[in-house]
Amino acid sequence: MTTTPSALFKRYWPVAAFVLLAVLPYSGITIPGLFDGPINSPGALQVLALCLVFGGLAAGYDLLFGRTGLLSFGHALYFALGVYGTDILITKYGYPLPLAALLAVLFATTVATALGAVALRVHGIAFSMVTLAFGQVGAILVARDPGGLTGGEEGLSLDASGLPDALVGVVNTVNLYWLALAYLTLVVVVLHRVAQSPTGRVFAGLRDDERRIGVLGLDPYRFKLVSFTLSSSLAALGGVVYLLLAAGASPHVASSDLTLTLLVMVVLGGPGTRFGPVLGGVLFTYLDHRLTDLGSSGAVDSLPGVLAGPLSQPLFVLGTIFILAVYFFPGGLAGLGTRLTALRRSVTPAPRP
Amino acid sequence: MKADERTGEPHPASPGSATTTADESTSAPGAAALLQVENLSVRIAGLHILQGVSFEVAASGVTVLLGRNGVGKSTTLRAILGLTPRNGSATGSVRLGGEQILGRPTHALVKGGLGYVPEDRNVFAGLTVAENLRLAERTDTPDYDLVFGLFPELSKRARQRAGSLSGGQQQMLSLGRVLLNPNRLLLIDEPTKGLAPKVVTEVAEALERAAQAVPVLLVEQNLAVVRRLAGDAVVIAAGQVAWTGPGEQLLADPALTKSLLAVNAAGGH
Amino acid sequence: MSTIVLMTVTGLGLAALYFLVASGLSLVFGLADVLNFAHGLFLSVGAYATWWAAGNLPGAGPDGWGFVLAVAFGVVAGTVVAALVELVMIRPLYSRTIEQVLVTVGLSLAGVAALQAGFGADPRPFPRPSWTQDVVTLAGARVPLDRLLLIVAAVVVLGLLLAFLRWTRYGLIIRAGVENREMVTALGIDVRKAFTLVFAIGGAAAALAGALSGVYFGSVSPTSGASLLIFAFIVVVIGGMGSVSGSAVAAVAVGLLQQFVNYYGTSGAGDICVVALLAVVLLWRPAGLAGKAATA
Repeated sequence: MTTTPSALFKRYWPVAAFVLLAVLPYSGITIPGLFDGPINSPGALQVLALCLVFGGLAAGYDLLFGRTGLLSFGHALYFALGVYGTDILITKYGYPLPLAALLAVLFATTVATALGAVALRVHGIAFSMVTLAFGQVGAILVARDPGGLTGGEEGLSLDASGLPDALVGVVNTVNLYWLALAYLTLVVVVLHRVAQSPTGRVFAGLRDDERRIGVLGLDPYRFKLVSFTLSSSLAALGGVVYLLLAAGASPHVASSDLTLTLLVMVVLGGPGTRFGPVLGGVLFTYLDHRLTDLGSSGAVDSLPGVLAGPLSQPLFVLGTIFILAVYFFPGGLAGLGTRLTALRRSVTPAPRP
Repeated sequence: MKADERTGEPHPASPGSATTTADESTSAPGAAALLQVENLSVRIAGLHILQGVSFEVAASGVTVLLGRNGVGKSTTLRAILGLTPRNGSATGSVRLGGEQILGRPTHALVKGGLGYVPEDRNVFAGLTVAENLRLAERTDTPDYDLVFGLFPELSKRARQRAGSLSGGQQQMLSLGRVLLNPNRLLLIDEPTKGLAPKVVTEVAEALERAAQAVPVLLVEQNLAVVRRLAGDAVVIAAGQVAWTGPGEQLLADPALTKSLLAVNAAGGH
Repeated sequence: MSTIVLMTVTGLGLAALYFLVASGLSLVFGLADVLNFAHGLFLSVGAYATWWAAGNLPGAGPDGWGFVLAVAFGVVAGTVVAALVELVMIRPLYSRTIEQVLVTVGLSLAGVAALQAGFGADPRPFPRPSWTQDVVTLAGARVPLDRLLLIVAAVVVLGLLLAFLRWTRYGLIIRAGVENREMVTALGIDVRKAFTLVFAIGGAAAALAGALSGVYFGSVSPTSGASLLIFAFIVVVIGGMGSVSGSAVAAVAVGLLQQFVNYYGTSGAGDICVVALLAVVLLWRPAGLAGKAATA
């Protein structure tokens, strides 16, 4: 085997991308149109970090949807447990961050195991409906503010006094950015390891045809529960990072819309692919922010009234793009990539070995 | 695998070789076949279930489709009707009266006169017998006289839920749903499966009478029923046609029957 | 005693809203296998169209026959939107279940955003006939008429739906199709025409629910469909998918449970009890109370 530069690139580009992302904050360049300030300004880093967190969340959700074939509508619950759990333990009970985060993730994992055990008793679309209902409990609890814990509609801002100094303040946004990158990397590595393992192959089998897994003498229920629990823990961990970035919790993180958004990210990126969901999550989050900025700027107002209204709503634009993607790009962005590769191959004759 | 593609004789273009006895309804010489299946291949979920099946169904009488369990007999009927599942595909050619029908929507084919009686009856358990029949009406003049004449039980139990019928009664209902309408060809999948011997005879009698009016492509495992009804026989093995010829010829040759159909547990215990 | 009567009537009023949303959802799911997230959008379309008609449509208004006309306009709008969604967006993806769900998800996100763009994100006061705020005395309890209006509407819709399913040819096709869609096709029936019909029926019922929820809550907002939709989903699962009468029974159970627990327990506890009820039913009978059958 000779190692051509392109083969090397193919193998190591994720590492290269990681290094590039890691050193990005040292660059002071301005990219006009993409971000309002230089790329290492706190504003830009904040948006980038959010993109990375949602990239990781989307990838974790894809463990369920794209890799195991489970369509859950209640993923926000576990994300919210990470966000609110950590927030409450720190702000209301004064726990140190590491302990609060650990307890919140452990609690989310336990809840996921219990609820998954019930929800997985039904199949297909019924499973989706049940997870939706369980997710709704989270949204209700957050909104009703039991014992004054969640702050209800107002949300619960994070008490920064108990946090490590390196994570507080606008000047330290860069540290949060690195934290988000670490989270994304962790999710990608975990998912990659799982995909390579025998368990990961069972997940893929469950997605393609559950009966075959049953015929092999394996218990589909158990494997689905493992996938459900692991995916939920990753979501809770993402919640911890999100909490630090957003410096507080808001009811939106528990809403079913959040799950739907994750689903949109995964489908746009390419379900079941290694980097598709990450890409989908990053792009969706970026566009959501950018379109919100554009919507409030004058750019849209100059359009005729019929267009200006809907176009000022990021979700209208993204929802429409999403619907079009379902019809015309079923594999998402990742599928688009393979299609282009296939196209290129068909145009240029393959070199003789 | 390709080597023993056709162990039997070619389709008899000129009958007269074998003993063409009393059975009234083998294809007349020269009469064009009603249904021509050519090189039909079906893949489902990556499995190549049918690999180039070709056979013809005569314009009258019963053509019986035989083979061991799981060789693709039902898949063949379903492919003809356009019922191949979405994770599968059917290619090749199926012509009815010379017209290509593969790929046409099922409901249009059935409306055009392809009556289908599925495996396991598939009556609507929550609907009454009368409702099952009413749903199946395709003309303004459904032939209830014929159906209730064949199966008087159905008129007696018209208000009963189909789910509470016995297996035999459900089969009668399933046949009755199709016989209400004028048909060009009936596709009937294992109508005697799991029925008591007495009911098997009853169903066979009904099939015999139906076949006098309309040609039938029948999937059947019960050799006594085959013996009684079959004009031509088509045997499928491993996704391909292994033998075609007159039904009696097949049944008259125990060694051939055994090798093709594995009746009598040929391989020892 | 009077509190119990009031709670019961209020719970039944809530149940009526759930039933109006869930019955269509259940038929659409039972027949076409489509988990329709856009169903909440049909509700919002009905609510906003009624609201718009009461203010702008000649002859329509917030009271008397004018209000009936406004509601009729809302119901027609919901029906048309639902039928269009089926024809334009769902039908091309026939039998691709997941893609269909995804499209309805996209539609629900984009639709709510479009309503926000058109009418603003904040709730709008809903025109309601003044008599709906009147009170009658029922078994010693003073019961607001709007609740009775909800209950009567739901009972009428239930009766119409059952009669339609029982006595018409399309009703027969829908009941059979819920049981075994492929076999309906194999009897020579184009079952997809029935898909459009169940979407239209579901859209009409949801739009009516939208108009009535406007009367009941006194306001209408782009997201009001979404919150009702989730409880409607629960009702569908508990009642058994594809069963109209199952939806009715489950809606009553959910509405009453929610109302009583929210009143006697802490606020929100009733909602959680409903989800617990869902879990219990699933553990006990995974197919829901009625199973997947259109027991009309």
